[in-house]
Amino acid sequence: MMASKLTRGFIYLAAAITFGSLFYVVGFILIKGIPYLNLDMFAWKYTTDNVSLMPSLITTLIVVGMTLVIATPIGVFTGFYLVEYAKKGNKVVGIVRIATDTLAAVPSIVYGLFGMLFFVTFLNFQYSVLAGVLTSVIMVLPLIIRSTEEALLAVNDSLREASFALGAGKLRTIFRVILPVSMPGILSGVILASGRVVGETAALLYTLGSSTNLPDSLFSSGRTLALHMYVLSSEGMHVNESYATGVILIVVVLMINGLSTFLSNRLTKGTK
Amino acid sequence: MEEIQAKLLGNSKKGRLEKLGKTVSFICIAIIVFVVVSILYFVTSKGLSTFFTDGVSFWGFLTGSVWSPGNVGENGQPLVGALPMITGSFLVTLLSAVLATPFAIGAAIFMTEISPSTGKKVLQPVVELLVGIPSVVYGFIGLTVVVPVVRSVFGGTGFGILSSTFVLFVMILPTVTSMAVDALNSVPRYYREASLAMGATRWQTIYKVVLRSAMPGLLTAVVFGMARAFGEALAVQMVIGNAALMPTSLVTPASTLTSILTMSMGNTVMGTLENNVLWSLALILMIMALFFNILTRWIGKKGAMK
Repeated sequence: MMASKLTRGFIYLAAAITFGSLFYVVGFILIKGIPYLNLDMFAWKYTTDNVSLMPSLITTLIVVGMTLVIATPIGVFTGFYLVEYAKKGNKVVGIVRIATDTLAAVPSIVYGLFGMLFFVTFLNFQYSVLAGVLTSVIMVLPLIIRSTEEALLAVNDSLREASFALGAGKLRTIFRVILPVSMPGILSGVILASGRVVGETAALLYTLGSSTNLPDSLFSSGRTLALHMYVLSSEGMHVNESYATGVILIVVVLMINGLSTFLSNRLTKGTK
Repeated sequence: MEEIQAKLLGNSKKGRLEKLGKTVSFICIAIIVFVVVSILYFVTSKGLSTFFTDGVSFWGFLTGSVWSPGNVGENGQPLVGALPMITGSFLVTLLSAVLATPFAIGAAIFMTEISPSTGKKVLQPVVELLVGIPSVVYGFIGLTVVVPVVRSVFGGTGFGILSSTFVLFVMILPTVTSMAVDALNSVPRYYREASLAMGATRWQTIYKVVLRSAMPGLLTAVVFGMARAFGEALAVQMVIGNAALMPTSLVTPASTLTSILTMSMGNTVMGTLENNVLWSLALILMIMALFFNILTRWIGKKGAMK
């Protein structure tokens, strides 16, 4: 009796500490940061006086957008191959699965170093949007492949058989029958990927660089919001502005999360 | 007859489209494999060049405790002992995992067994949101909250392994909790019902039935959290103090593999020994990542056999 009371107490305590500390993190940033959000921080040009986060916000959108545009088709078609084209027990599937698992496990700093070596130095892109985007593409590919695979596997085989029986080919079956059904699952993987890019710092520090300007071409450097926050806090001069940047970062993450919850709700509704 | 056969089997627009679909998918697969192979190749060849090109002894690299690339020690070997960073990485990873595991599993039990309705409606979305919070936010909180607290309690600078452990603990907490919840939820309901029907109390059921059958999933969650802690770069770099010294206590500045990489990579010239040893550190990171990966696979396989 005593022991069960103790464990009960411990579980309540553990839950309280877990959620308490997590609420604290978000609450602390919001309380410290919101008072410092002002119009100056959204000025078009960064100066050391206004510490504007606008250029980095726009760069974030550019990097996320371009990453998804490149990574989504590659990831989704890989998923098609793994689930729809490859025969059961095909060796390629096993190899690719090991490859994507490996990719998913690599720490992001290693991606950053690889990006620096390959894109920045070897292909001579310098610190640029292009190098940053390509590095993030490699980083999010496993996420997109995995979610596409799961979404495709969840589609009932009877749908495929019905489509084949009507004389539709593989490609037509994929695009007309399977893709519409599995779309929410694939999209939620894509959204997860965008969240990962928004929060990424280590992989972008040595590929995107940390210029405060708005990039004017694919080959100019920039910084995303998360990088902006990192550089601000490591410079140690603009602590309040770092908090404010943190607020915007959390808001962006919240929006991405909301979108994915919305989609997964639609997904579960669809199957019922 | 032959005309029809030729028409059916020959090249048609649709047939070409089908082939195109297959070719495009195969090209995508080839890209993935190419990327993985080139990452492995680049990091491995760069990482090994320290030993083969620059002639640093492998053993000296792993066990040397003096990190001062560019300087040469008494025995004529460059001073590139990676032991301080390896120790730092393992210490922060293990400590934060040891700290996070009971809390995460406790919270997961709360969310699935004690109060499933609030767990599912309120707490689950919160945890999932927190998984997505960028690590730099955690690092920043560490810098502005944890470090001053550690400084006032233990003295010194406040930077060090203890601060990093706290930051990583909070950072991996949502990840481990959310995976532990999945593991507990996947225990079939009739296990619980059978146990209760046998006269076991709720706590006995949780302890002896639910936790036991969810064990592989829980272990995977912890290993996953450790992998995340091990690979985290900037959040750790912000609070550990970045002194490449053998850690003597938990509250003196130290460094991890990732923090040294973040700090030094921009300041070295490609192809020099100073640069190559950093790649060797990255190689260790990658080998550890693969090890964590294999470990989760192994746990999964063991769990599935039962």
